[in-house]
Amino acid sequence: MSDVYIMGVDMIKFGRFPEKTVPQLGAQAALMALDDAGLKIQDMEALYCGNLGQASGMVGQRVLQEIGQTGIAVVNVANACATGATAFREAWMSVKAGVYDVVLAVGVEQMGKGLLGGAGGKTGIPKEGLLGSGTMPSVFAEAGMEHTRNHGTTFEQFAKVSVKNHHHSTLNPKAMYQIETPLETVMNAEMISYPNTKLMCSVNVDGSAAAVLVSEKKAKELGMSRAVKVRASVLTSDPYTDRDLVMPDVNAVTRKAAAQAYEMAGVGPEDVNLVELHDCFATAEILHYENLGLCADGEAGRMIDEDEVALGGRVPVNVSGGLLSKGHPLGATGIANIYEVSTHLRGEADKRQVEGARIGLTHVIGLGSACGIHILEKVA
Amino acid sequence: MSEQSAPLPVVPHLKGAGTDDPYLEGHKCSDCGSIFLGVRENCSNCGARGKMEAIRLSNKGKLYSYSIVHRSFPGIEVPYVSAIVDLDGGGTVKGNLINVEPKPESIPFDMPVDVVFDDALGRKDGDGNSYISYFFQPAA
Repeated sequence: MSDVYIMGVDMIKFGRFPEKTVPQLGAQAALMALDDAGLKIQDMEALYCGNLGQASGMVGQRVLQEIGQTGIAVVNVANACATGATAFREAWMSVKAGVYDVVLAVGVEQMGKGLLGGAGGKTGIPKEGLLGSGTMPSVFAEAGMEHTRNHGTTFEQFAKVSVKNHHHSTLNPKAMYQIETPLETVMNAEMISYPNTKLMCSVNVDGSAAAVLVSEKKAKELGMSRAVKVRASVLTSDPYTDRDLVMPDVNAVTRKAAAQAYEMAGVGPEDVNLVELHDCFATAEILHYENLGLCADGEAGRMIDEDEVALGGRVPVNVSGGLLSKGHPLGATGIANIYEVSTHLRGEADKRQVEGARIGLTHVIGLGSACGIHILEKVA
Repeated sequence: MSEQSAPLPVVPHLKGAGTDDPYLEGHKCSDCGSIFLGVRENCSNCGARGKMEAIRLSNKGKLYSYSIVHRSFPGIEVPYVSAIVDLDGGGTVKGNLINVEPKPESIPFDMPVDVVFDDALGRKDGDGNSYISYFFQPAA
């Protein structure tokens, strides 16, 4: 089977674009990725399009209506916050399987402001605030407090994640925000669901990202100088664990994916130079240091305390600013992470460049649950 | 509209609403022993088919994890404690933890709790029916 390479990848600056349609936002990133690859829409053999908010709305076809209706296969993908990574992986599989040599993956989302989630069905009475909370800040607060229970992780340690990622975003012109948030600012921000304050919740933004994936044959034809090799592409669903159906278990689904990804890539966590992981809330990031094997179980608090995950540290995490500050347009996030890591592997990340980066990992979680992990490698 | 004879259960697995003996019902797989809330045909742990048996879940348990909710949807009273409780004998349930101060220092992990049943905070459905819900509170 052919290796698969990223030849073009890009994202729009995340923000709020109510004047645009979802297909227009998707089209923007698609054209940027095509330009990055030096290719045209006529060169694409298939499109894999990730979007959640209009999952039944044929967004992929409408993207092509904006940039060129070439009649290629279009697959529309929805998988909660793993939507973009899933679209990318479907594209990867089609090339890996030898069906196509050149395909396009697009992730796009237009978001409202405010709380996501909420417990209870449509019948009877509202369950939110009656049977606990189903809001996303609460669900991930409870996942964080499980870590506190097991390892004594503190509110301050969770808050430090947000300080770090907001700092990183000051170096990323494509992030929604470029604002420093000192520890006391994060900890004294409005409490949403303890221990997550408002500055420890990801930002709902509009955004899009896209990638052109090609076979080895095509990559050699186009030139390898900026190519990025996909060493692993993994998708898991939540395996049975005792509390998963009541308290979504984002740990087991990630550990399962990480084990498969490291095996597929033939590398270990010690080989990874940078990570973009799913910091939908500050509490979540802490869990994934351990879930991805970046440290031993119980060491995540120490990792954030000792700046090992900051730019310049042993394994920088979310140097883009992460979902906390770059923003989290659900369907675009999984490909935006791939853009970020690819940019470092190409040595083009400017002020936030992780020096000497050769291998990077991206991770997303879709609650309910899905986990997508990609391991990428510098070629030239 | 007829007069409501008894409060309705907030979820189908709350049994005995309107009696003096309400309880939570689980379903246990007789092959692997996994316990689920709500009726189901098959086991999502071992895949066994048609092996689910209804069981009465304990009214006692221990606090596993929680969050303190300070912002929720409009009209929802805050703050409140959203709690995950492991019931004695099996089964995990999420609900409001009441009669504690909503501060981390007042909410120790593994604190013993009772499952108690009461009116669903005055909430009524579109037909004006009232409901009975379950809550957790520090064990008596």
